[in-house]
Amino acid sequence: MSHDADAITGGQAEASTTPFWKSIIHSPLALPLAGLIVVSVLMGFASDNFFSVSNILNVLRQVSIVAILAVGMTFVILTGGIDLSVGALMALAGTMAAGLMVHFGMPGWAGLLIGIAIAVGLGLFNGILVAWGRMPAIIVTLATMGIARGAGLIYSGGYPISGLPSWISWFGVGRIGIIPVPVIAMVIIYALAWILLERTAFGRHVYAIGGNETAAKLSGVKTGRIKLAVYAISGLTAGLAAIILTGRLMSGQPNAGVGFELDAIAAVVLGGTAIAGGRGLILGTLIGAILLGILNNGLNLMGINPYLQDIIRGFIILLAIYIAREWR
Amino acid sequence: MLELRGIKKSFGRIEVLHGVDLTVQPGEVHALLGENGAGKSTLMKILCGLIKPSEGEVRIDGEVRHFSDYNEAIDAGVGVVFQEFSLVPYLNAVENMFLARELNNGLGFMKRAAMRKRAAEIMKQLGISIPLNVPIRNLSVAEQQFVEIAKALALDARILVLDEPTATLTPAEVEHLFHVMRSLRSQGVAIIFISHHLEEIFEICDRITVLRDGEYVASCAVSEVDQSRLVEMMVGRRIENSFPPKPVIASDAQMVLEVEEVQLAKGGPVSSFALRAGEILGFAGLVGSGRTETVLAMLGAYSAARCKLRMNGVEIRFADPSQALEAGIGLLPESRKEQGLITSFPILHNVSLNNYGKYLLGHFFINRARELEDTRKAMQQVRVKAPSPHARVDTLSGGNQQKVVIARWINHSMKVLIFDEPTRGIDVGAKAEIYQLMRDFTAQGYSIIMISSELPEVIGMSDRVCVFRSGGIVATVEGDAITSEQIMTHATTGRTQHVA
Repeated sequence: MSHDADAITGGQAEASTTPFWKSIIHSPLALPLAGLIVVSVLMGFASDNFFSVSNILNVLRQVSIVAILAVGMTFVILTGGIDLSVGALMALAGTMAAGLMVHFGMPGWAGLLIGIAIAVGLGLFNGILVAWGRMPAIIVTLATMGIARGAGLIYSGGYPISGLPSWISWFGVGRIGIIPVPVIAMVIIYALAWILLERTAFGRHVYAIGGNETAAKLSGVKTGRIKLAVYAISGLTAGLAAIILTGRLMSGQPNAGVGFELDAIAAVVLGGTAIAGGRGLILGTLIGAILLGILNNGLNLMGINPYLQDIIRGFIILLAIYIAREWR
Repeated sequence: MLELRGIKKSFGRIEVLHGVDLTVQPGEVHALLGENGAGKSTLMKILCGLIKPSEGEVRIDGEVRHFSDYNEAIDAGVGVVFQEFSLVPYLNAVENMFLARELNNGLGFMKRAAMRKRAAEIMKQLGISIPLNVPIRNLSVAEQQFVEIAKALALDARILVLDEPTATLTPAEVEHLFHVMRSLRSQGVAIIFISHHLEEIFEICDRITVLRDGEYVASCAVSEVDQSRLVEMMVGRRIENSFPPKPVIASDAQMVLEVEEVQLAKGGPVSSFALRAGEILGFAGLVGSGRTETVLAMLGAYSAARCKLRMNGVEIRFADPSQALEAGIGLLPESRKEQGLITSFPILHNVSLNNYGKYLLGHFFINRARELEDTRKAMQQVRVKAPSPHARVDTLSGGNQQKVVIARWINHSMKVLIFDEPTRGIDVGAKAEIYQLMRDFTAQGYSIIMISSELPEVIGMSDRVCVFRSGGIVATVEGDAITSEQIMTHATTGRTQHVA
C-alpha cells in the first residue's frame, strides 16, 4: 500500500461531491420513503377517497399516538434496548390523570402533569434496572408492563373513569385551523427528538452506545446515564401520548393501548432503525408510523375483514424487513 | 497440490486483486506476505469459498474447484484458522472441534466418547495438552488457537491456513505453535502462514509469496531473500530504522501518576509503579499476565480488589473511564473494533466521541463547523488516510483505524495516554508512523503507558519497562537493562510480591 503520493488526508475531498441521487439512495430513509409512496399509490387506486385532505389529516390523527410512543422507542432501540412497557405506561398515566381529576378534584392540568410524571417515573425505574442493575431490557420492561397495567386496573377497578373537564377533549379532537391538535403535537415532538438526536452530544452518545457500548464506555462516554435517560424519554413520550388518548376518549381507560408497544416497535423497524441499535433516523420512525397508519386506513376503506387486516399487516411487515435486509 | 491462478476480484467497480498466483506444495510452510490491505485476507477468503473470484481458478490436486461456500472448501481439505476465532465460547474443545460435524449413532444421538477419543488423538498428534472439558472461554488465547488448529485437523484438512496466528501469542507460545507446525509439515500438510513478524518467516517458512496492493509481486524460497529485501518487496521501498530516538528524561522529572498499590484479585500480587512526565513506560509480559487488567482497574473499568493512585500528588479514584477522562487519562484499547471504534460511525463522530464538551453552543447544541475543523486538524496531525472525515471507519485499514483512535485523544488536553497493543495487526509503514506519533505526544509533555506483547517494540520504544507475571509487576528495568533476555527472564520466572 502506498502511503505518500496518492494518499488523501482529512478533508481534501468531501462527501458532498457525491451526486444528489446517490445520497438519496444510500440514505437510510430511502426504503421507508419508497414503501410509503408505493403503499400510498396503491391505496389511492383502491379508494377514491384516499388522497382527500380530510382523509390524510384523519390518517395522521390516527397515527399520532403510536407515532409519539415510537419516538421514545426509537431512542431506546438506538441504544440497543427495547421498551415493552410503553402501552401500559400510557394507559396507567391516562387512568391516573383522570382519577386525580374526577376522584380527587384536582385541576385538569395538575392531573395531566402527575400522569406524565408517573410515566416518566416508571421509565426511570426501567432505566435504573437496565443501566445500573444490568438487567436485560426485554425482561425489565416486560415486568414493568405487567406492573403498570395491573396498577391501572386496581386503581380504577377495571372501569373507565369519565367525567373529565370538557376542555381536555381539545388534546384529542381539537384543531388549530384545519390541523388536528394531536398532529401538531406529533410534529413538535418529532422536531424536538430530531434536534436531540442529530444536534446534541446526548444524541451522538445514544448512537454510540448502540454502535459499540464497550468502545463508548472506554472512551469516556457516560453510558449509564445515557441509558437511564432513554428509558425516561420513552416514559415521557408514553405520558404525552396518554394526554392525547385521554382527550380523545374523554376518560381514563385502564385497558387502553394494549399491544401499542408492538405497533411502536413495528414503526421504528419499518422506519429503517436497526433492532440491534446504532443505526437509524427519527424521521424514518415517523415514516414507518405513517406507513402503518395508511395501511390500516386503506384496508378499512376497502372494507376488509379486521381479522384479515392483521394478517395482511403482518405479512407486509415481514416483506418490508426482508427487502431491507440486504440494503445497508 | 494447491494452486491459485490469475485470481482477480472486484467489489463493485473497484478491483482489489489484480491476478494473483499462489502455489503451495504438501509438506511446505508457505508464507503469504504483504502489508495490510495488500489482499491477503481476500485471497484466503476466496480459497475457503467465502467469496467468489471474479476471474481465475482454484486447483486442488490439479482439479479445478469452485467452492460456493466454506463447507465445500472444508470437504476439499481446506482448513482456516481466522484471526478472529470462530469458536463458541460456552462449548468445550471437543464440542467445538466437532461443531456441525458431530459423530452420531443410528438413533441420532451424539457419540460423545468417540468424539472425545478422536479429539484426544488429534491433540496428542499435535503434541499439546489442553483440558477438554473446560468451556473455551476459560482457555488462554494460545490454547484457543490450538483448538482451532485441532478443529481444522478433525475435518481432515490437508491445506491449513493460519491467518496471523502469532499476533496474540507470547514468544514461548509461538515456539510451541512452530513446533506443532513443523510436526504437521512432516505429516504432509500444506500450511499457508500469514504474519507481520518477519523473523518468524525466516524461522518457520520454506517459501514465500508477496502481495502488494492486490498485485502479485514475487514467489521464492525463503533462503533466497533477507529481511530488508523482504520488506522492500512488501512496501516497494526500504524502511529505515522504525523506532524514533529516545529522548533523555531527567531523573528528577515530575511524577505524573503514582500507583501506590493495585491488587487485581484478593490474595493476588500487589504492584506499584510510577509514571514520569514525558516518558513511555512499557508494560511487558506474557498474554494474560494482568497488564490490561491493571490499567483498566486504574480507570475504573475493572473491579480490582485494591487500587490506590495519585495524580500529581493528589489521591484520586475513578468510578468509570469518564472520570479518568476528566482527570486527563485516556485509553487506546487493545482491540480496535471491539473496544475502540464505533464502526458504524464516520471518522468525524469517532474522533469527537468523547469530546463534545468543547463543541457545545449554548451548552446544548454541537458546534458542527468546529467539530469538522478540529477533526480535520487531528486527522492531518496523525496522518489518517481517508477520503474525508465523513468516511466510515470500517472502510479503513487497520493502521488508519488505529490512527483514528489516536486522533480522538489529540483534541483533549490529556496528561496520560495508555496505548494497549498499539500496533497489533498493523503493517510496517503504519507502525513507524504510530511510533513517531507516540514520541510526538511525549515531546508535548504527555506521559504514555504502552502495553505490548512485541518485544522489539517494548525495547525500541520504552524509557522504562515494568515486567508483569501472573497478575503483578515482577521487575522494572530501565536504560541498558532493557533487553529481550532481561524482560523474558522476568516475564517467565520472576516472583511477584504477595500480600495477604
